[in-house]
Amino acid sequence: MTDEKLLKNEEKAIFALRGLYKKHGYLPYKMSKFEEYELYIQNKDFLVSDRIITFNDTNGKLMALKPDVTLSIIKSGEDEKGFKQRVSYNENVYRVSGSTHRFKEIMQTGVECIGDIDVCDICDVISLAAQSLALISDTFVLEVSDLGALAGILKSCGAPEGKFTEEALRFISGKNAHDLRRLCERGGLSAENTENIVSLVGTYGKRSEVIKTLKERFGEDAVKDLETLSELLGKTEYEDRINFDFSVVNDMSYYSGFVFRGYAGGICDGILSGGQYDSLMRRMGRSSGAVGFAIYLDLLEQLADEKDGFDADVLLVYDDSIDSAAVLAESERLIKEGFSVSAQKTVPAKMRFRRTVDMRAGGERKDENA
Amino acid sequence: MLNVALPKGRLGETVYDMFERAGFECPSIKENGRKLIFENPEKGVRYFWVKPSDVSIYVERGAADIGVAGKDILLEYEPNVYELLDLGVGKCRMAVAGPKDFFDDGEKTLRVATKFTNIASGYYSRLGRDIDIIKLNGSIELAPILGLSDVIVDIVETGTTLRENDLEVKETILPISARLIANKAAFRFKGEMIEKTVRGLEREAGKQ
Repeated sequence: MTDEKLLKNEEKAIFALRGLYKKHGYLPYKMSKFEEYELYIQNKDFLVSDRIITFNDTNGKLMALKPDVTLSIIKSGEDEKGFKQRVSYNENVYRVSGSTHRFKEIMQTGVECIGDIDVCDICDVISLAAQSLALISDTFVLEVSDLGALAGILKSCGAPEGKFTEEALRFISGKNAHDLRRLCERGGLSAENTENIVSLVGTYGKRSEVIKTLKERFGEDAVKDLETLSELLGKTEYEDRINFDFSVVNDMSYYSGFVFRGYAGGICDGILSGGQYDSLMRRMGRSSGAVGFAIYLDLLEQLADEKDGFDADVLLVYDDSIDSAAVLAESERLIKEGFSVSAQKTVPAKMRFRRTVDMRAGGERKDENA
Repeated sequence: MLNVALPKGRLGETVYDMFERAGFECPSIKENGRKLIFENPEKGVRYFWVKPSDVSIYVERGAADIGVAGKDILLEYEPNVYELLDLGVGKCRMAVAGPKDFFDDGEKTLRVATKFTNIASGYYSRLGRDIDIIKLNGSIELAPILGLSDVIVDIVETGTTLRENDLEVKETILPISARLIANKAAFRFKGEMIEKTVRGLEREAGKQ
């Protein structure tokens, strides 16, 4: 058994990702497990769930176990022209799980690029997201959307802002063309505008094709930013795995511009989520921009581990009649030979071993299951 | 291989027929027996029957790539899935029903019996009406007859059960029909097969 095989999928990923982020100039950022509750309550819509574990600190202040990392990173820091703060983190966050409705500890790793960011930084972060996915799985895909383009197109098609746009985005994110059409018809949009808005659901896939379709339907200006980004991404390592898809929709009151979500083969949900969150920066009183992503490492448990079906190679059975030094020596000898050993005074019913060395009988016998 | 979760019962059978006509047949599914999974390797599909309210769980968690679930289930459980197509079958409506002589004057907390607590509380919260939700798992119509609740929120297909029990529809909350849903990751990795299925079913749904 090699040392690497002992590592769980998430541990392997953390190790590989830390190296990748360091190479790209992202400095590790360690934060406290707790934050003041107030930070989250002011931005609760930004959080995946508004349920937070709280407790009173010794000074009476209401504290919370971190449900999110981004808010902690951006709450302080200075906005300086031309400067970008690049940080990477690996932290546990505490959220209510969607399926069990109970609190869960989730290991999250990610990067944030905060400051005077430009399209180069956005492209770099998206490319880094793709490289992160490549370290996790051979089959992966990264879907990118432009909330700015999406909002512009909806507006140009006469979609009223507010509740209508909110609902339209919900249907676009669910690839639900039928209910989106009904919404447009109910909202009194013309047949042409309805058709144009509904077409957004079916416009996804290869970047060049998406841009071509959008240009034909909505004109050159509607996709200017997407085109610039696409050209830059075209020069990155995994450019053929990066697609455009408007169903990637994050809350517009926090996110603006490009947002993206990554999927890895064998994992049933998006494992990586990120985007530009300039609007959140404004809400936090910061004047600069920011882009980043998080990887939900707990989902890596869904990937099959390389298991050999045994708890240890050798079960070493002894009893009180055996000299302790002899037991230790035998165990040491087996470990030196490269076996994993579990010394027991009985044969455990629920554990599996390749073979058994029974010191009680003074010899070795092969396990029936080995 | 595309894994398809179908809802057990009449709706599932109707929907399977649509899959069959769309070119994704699996003859073994019609054989009587105790098999749970039916496969047609030639067409690259594998079907399995599950409880209608469980379809979205199978799809959300990736055990099924696609599945068919009623809009009522999707609104109640809000699974994180794509809703690709309205199949136009299994049509009914989610409605508020109550005794013929009941009138909600808004003076008291309204007692609402339902299986669909999320839909019911969402509906009344939009109206700003204070309600007391009584979660039941079956025979919802009994609740107002025995005085357990003032009204019920439930699926109404023909209205026969309501009529036979002196109940009537007070408000329609929304129309319901069967929807084709897909797992978000499967949509990326089995996209071509899923799109082919959607196109085939789209033609069939158009005929409904």
